[in-house]
This record gives sequence, C-alpha cells and structure tokens, in this order.
Amino acid sequence: MNQFKVLTNGIWKENPIFVIVLGMCPTLAVSTAVENAIGMGIAASFVLIMSNIIISMIRGFVPNKIRIPCFIVVIASFVVLVELVLKAYFMPLYQALGIFIPLIVVNCIILGRAEAFASKNGVMASFLDGVGMGLGFTLALVIMATIREILGLNKFFGLLVFPKEFPAAAIMILPPGGFLVVGILMGLYVWNKNRLRLKQLNAEKMKC
Amino acid sequence: MLASLFGIFIASIFVNNFVFSRFLGICPYVGVSKKLDSAIGMGMAVIFVMTMASAITWGVQQVLVKYGIGYYQTIVFILVIAAFVQLVEMFFQKTIPALYQALGIYLPLITTNCAVLGVAVLNITDKRNFIESIVQGFSSGVGFTLALVIMAGIRERLEFADIPKSLRGMPIAFIIAGLMAIAFLGFAGMKLPR
Repeated sequence: MNQFKVLTNGIWKENPIFVIVLGMCPTLAVSTAVENAIGMGIAASFVLIMSNIIISMIRGFVPNKIRIPCFIVVIASFVVLVELVLKAYFMPLYQALGIFIPLIVVNCIILGRAEAFASKNGVMASFLDGVGMGLGFTLALVIMATIREILGLNKFFGLLVFPKEFPAAAIMILPPGGFLVVGILMGLYVWNKNRLRLKQLNAEKMKC
Repeated sequence: MLASLFGIFIASIFVNNFVFSRFLGICPYVGVSKKLDSAIGMGMAVIFVMTMASAITWGVQQVLVKYGIGYYQTIVFILVIAAFVQLVEMFFQKTIPALYQALGIYLPLITTNCAVLGVAVLNITDKRNFIESIVQGFSSGVGFTLALVIMAGIRERLEFADIPKSLRGMPIAFIIAGLMAIAFLGFAGMKLPR
C-alpha cells in the first residue's frame, strides 16, 4: 500500500510540472508536438529512474559535502547514454529535441528527486518514485503537447483533427503559447484542488 | 567582424531571448522574480558566470575534439561549470566580500541553471569562434537579466492586484510570461548582419 502511494504520488498529487514546478524548460520547449513530448518524457524518465536507483545505492558512502557533484556525475553519465542511443537509432527525434537532450542533466526534477528522495530512501522506494515522477512528467508533457498541437497546427500525432479549412492558431506552437498553456493548466489544477477540498469540508460539516 | 558581433549581441538579447524564445533558465526565472533586488543580484551573477563559462567551455571543447572524445561533452561541461561556480564563490568570499554578500546566495543556484550549460552547448552547435562565444555568452546573460528584471517589476506590482484565487502565484506568472513572450515575438522580424 505504502509503495503504491510512493508510485502514484508523482503522477498526480505531487506532479513535477503542475505542483513542484520543476523542469519547466524542456516542458515548454518540446511540447509543440505529441511525438516529441513522448520522446522527451521517456528519455527524462529513463535518466530519472536509473539515477534514482544508483544514487539510493551509493548514498551510504558518499560524503555529505560532495554529494551534489557526485549526483551530477551519475546523472550526466545516463544522459550521455541516452544521447548516444538517440543519435544512433532515433535520428529525427534527436534532431527535434536538439539542445534539450544534453540539458536533461540540469533538469531540476532529476537532481531535485535525487536530493529530496533518493538520497534518503531505499532502492525499491527510489525506483518507484522515479517511475511515478517520470510518468507524471510525461503525462503533463503529453497533455500540454496535445493542446498545443491541436490548437496550433490542427493536428494530433501529425494527423488532421478538424477539416482543413479550420484556422489554426499559430501562436500556440510559438513560444508564447507554451507559457499561456502552462499557466492556464496550473490554474485549472489549483482550482480543481480547491474545489475538491471545499467539497470534503462541506461533507464533514454535514456529518456533524 | 564587428558587424557580426553586433548582430550576435542584439540577436541574443532580443530575437533569441533565452527565456522567451529558447526556453532556457525558466526555473530561476519564475523562482527569483518575486523581488526586484534579488532579480538584479541573480541577473548580475548569471551574466558573469555565463560569460566566463562560454570562454572556458570553448577551450575545453577544443581539447575534447583534439583527442576525439567529443561525446564526453555533456559530462565534462557540467563538471567544469560546477567547479568554476564553486571556485568563483570561494574567490569572491576571500577577496571581494562585498560582492560575495551581494551575489553569494545566487551563485550555487547557477550550477543547475540550464541557461549556463545551454549557452555552452549552443556556442558549439552554432560553431562560434572564441570571441563570438564570449559575446554570445555575455549578451545571452544580459537578455536573461532583462527578462528577469522586467518580470520582477511586474510581479511587485501584482502583489496589490485582485487576481482570481486559483491563478495566484505561479499560474499568473506564467501567463504574464506568455504575454511578454508575445511582445518579444515582435523582434523576430529584425534583419541582422550574420
């Protein structure tokens, strides 16, 4: 039960994008197309899971003072691995993500989870935390990319959604669209949370 | 030569602004833009580190290429930047305590600012030479600071505004950034010497 909670924590309750607000740069940059969003989500999740596992293994004998450089080296090694694999087998995706592949190293989610979770918990819990956070990150990316691709290009996975005559709002795939979509989605998330809490409070009052 | 440097300078500040068009350094951008003073402090620290990091990583890249180990770029760059930031922090603490007081708390945050690693990687992918790299690093830092300071000014005013409850804090900051990005989109049509 407890482990299940660790897993689902990152997906919704502590979603890395909408709640912790970490790792915004790749989120805004690659969410112009669903395909790229999924690619980025998988790449970042892989690095997150692997670095969480390794860091929770080495947390016992890494001196506290130099833990951050050690974590960064672990993370960077996996990023290089991802970079080389993408370059070898998925060239179009590698070109689409461009500079944001090496920048996974400084994605705050990964170092943030290493520092906040993996350096304090066991291997299994860290693995589950990595999976949950990775899924939450990917989910947020895909939601954003879906909105931006449909509104901005009138496409979903490269296929037409509405008839050709439907005017696409190009601003949504340009940089401003990314900021606007993230802002509005965050607002909706907070609104939904407040609404549920109010409902719960009212229900408790009724019982009394 | 001078014209192309000027082109890089203007392009990195306005046309390819790090925050509004390249999406680099968003975390410190929304994190440190609540107060004008701290925004200026952070901006100065970023300009300094980005300029120096551009120069250092350019040299490091030449060494990596010479020995044919270009694929180590990511690991080496992040380590060099982290070590450099640590060194600057210690150097300032010993020699210029006043500057350390002003920049001190922002320096460690810069290691994980993707704008610094971003400009280092961009200098390589854009095939900049040594002087161009330094200019690009410096002007990208200026562009980041400009965006940060404008945002901080707006957010200080926002304290007194009547915002819908769900949008308070982060969400409204992103929506403002979106509106500012629309304004910066206006620079995209500028023709600059390459």
